[in-house]
Amino acid sequence: MIEAKDINFYYGDFHALKDINIKMDINTVTAFIGPSGCGKSTFLRLFNRMNDLIDKTRITGECIVQGENIYDKSIQVDQLRKKVGMVFQKPNPFPKSIFENVAYGLRVNDMGDKKIIAERVEESLIAAALWDEVKDKLKKSAFELSGGQQQRLCIARALAVSPSILLMDEPASSLDPISTSKIEELIHNLKKDYTIVIVTHNMQQAARISDMTGFFMMGELVEFSETKKMFLNPENKETQNYITGRFG
Amino acid sequence: MKHTQREMESLKEEVKQMWRLVISQLEKAKQSFINNDIELALEIMSRERRVDAFELKIDSDCENYIALYSPVAIDLRLTLSLMKINSTLERIGDFAAGVARHVIDDDCKKVEAKLIEELQIERMFDMLMGMLSDGFVALESENTRISGKILAKDDEVDKIYHNAIDILSDYLPKNPSYTRCGLKLLLLIRKLERIGDHCSNIVEEIVFYVDAKVLKHSGDKISKT
Repeated sequence: MIEAKDINFYYGDFHALKDINIKMDINTVTAFIGPSGCGKSTFLRLFNRMNDLIDKTRITGECIVQGENIYDKSIQVDQLRKKVGMVFQKPNPFPKSIFENVAYGLRVNDMGDKKIIAERVEESLIAAALWDEVKDKLKKSAFELSGGQQQRLCIARALAVSPSILLMDEPASSLDPISTSKIEELIHNLKKDYTIVIVTHNMQQAARISDMTGFFMMGELVEFSETKKMFLNPENKETQNYITGRFG
Repeated sequence: MKHTQREMESLKEEVKQMWRLVISQLEKAKQSFINNDIELALEIMSRERRVDAFELKIDSDCENYIALYSPVAIDLRLTLSLMKINSTLERIGDFAAGVARHVIDDDCKKVEAKLIEELQIERMFDMLMGMLSDGFVALESENTRISGKILAKDDEVDKIYHNAIDILSDYLPKNPSYTRCGLKLLLLIRKLERIGDHCSNIVEEIVFYVDAKVLKHSGDKISKT
């Protein structure tokens, strides 16, 4: 389970997240929706401590991943990021071959010999539904792939180090409908092995792929409920106004 | 108002227009039955085509709305409810036309007025029009407080129907020459009873839209006061 307890987060004086409490079950897909600047990406990035890289930020409360508060001083961030992978909005392959992109995390973390790495690369590319498209050109540059393929390559790269949690920050927003559909199908299939948390501006996407949905507004988690309920009968008037387009 | 809401409002307006037409059909059905007015019955038959045309148009508009706007939450509930209300109104329109056919069919003109009065057919018509009008107001005002009252009226309509069976069971053996007409009359009353059921279905749809509650097959979960 992933849990946030009384989370408050600040960018300097700006109070970006306010008293967030949430529990996310393993092997589920949780989607966060909300208007730009509402704090959903900030919240997502807390779970692999990506916000640590930003100056003048401050957090209070606890982020619990697999029973540990990941903001505890004893936590090693590089070890945490092996457990909690991240996929970004824009595909960001390294200027390396397809194979080396996926193998990168394994090599950096010294996770096996040449044979094990080759096996793991293949497994990850299969899990990311990319193997059939790239198996004959593994040595080619990752930049030769289409946008949708690059994004699946980034997912394969995240999977290679065997995380248990996958964070996705608008992973399909720059992709065409066919690539988006492949990513969505992939997310659906990965759920049985991973806990997935996704931020998306596309509400239909949240409805299609997630089990639970959280609606953020102005740094607050306004509503968190089963996706079916959220999109048929949300509890909160603000949620309803947002998802029906009456917001603003 | 945003254009998506304007589209939704115009969809709702179409259903309301159909609704007014169906109430008027039922009112005319009552008048044609009571006054044995064949001309009015023919008018009902002719206007039935307008009810059917409304059904097709609203069905198509709802499909387009879902395809183009992917409604969710209250908008989704309203679209689904309007689709069901649409087909229910069409069925009520059919029953009104059925009453008109009964009037046009001239082989049962000699039924005693006293029997018609005893069967409470006029009261049944009035209750049904009340249910249909109250349903219209509930949708218009998005207020379901009246729903219990409408469902209670359906119970009353059912009672009249069951009472009619008893009355005719008693009357027809004593007046065997009326048997055929009596049975036709019972079929007409049965049609009215079905209209009551349809009005209840409409109320259930409005409760689903406004309160997100499913009353269907749930027994008496709403206070009939």
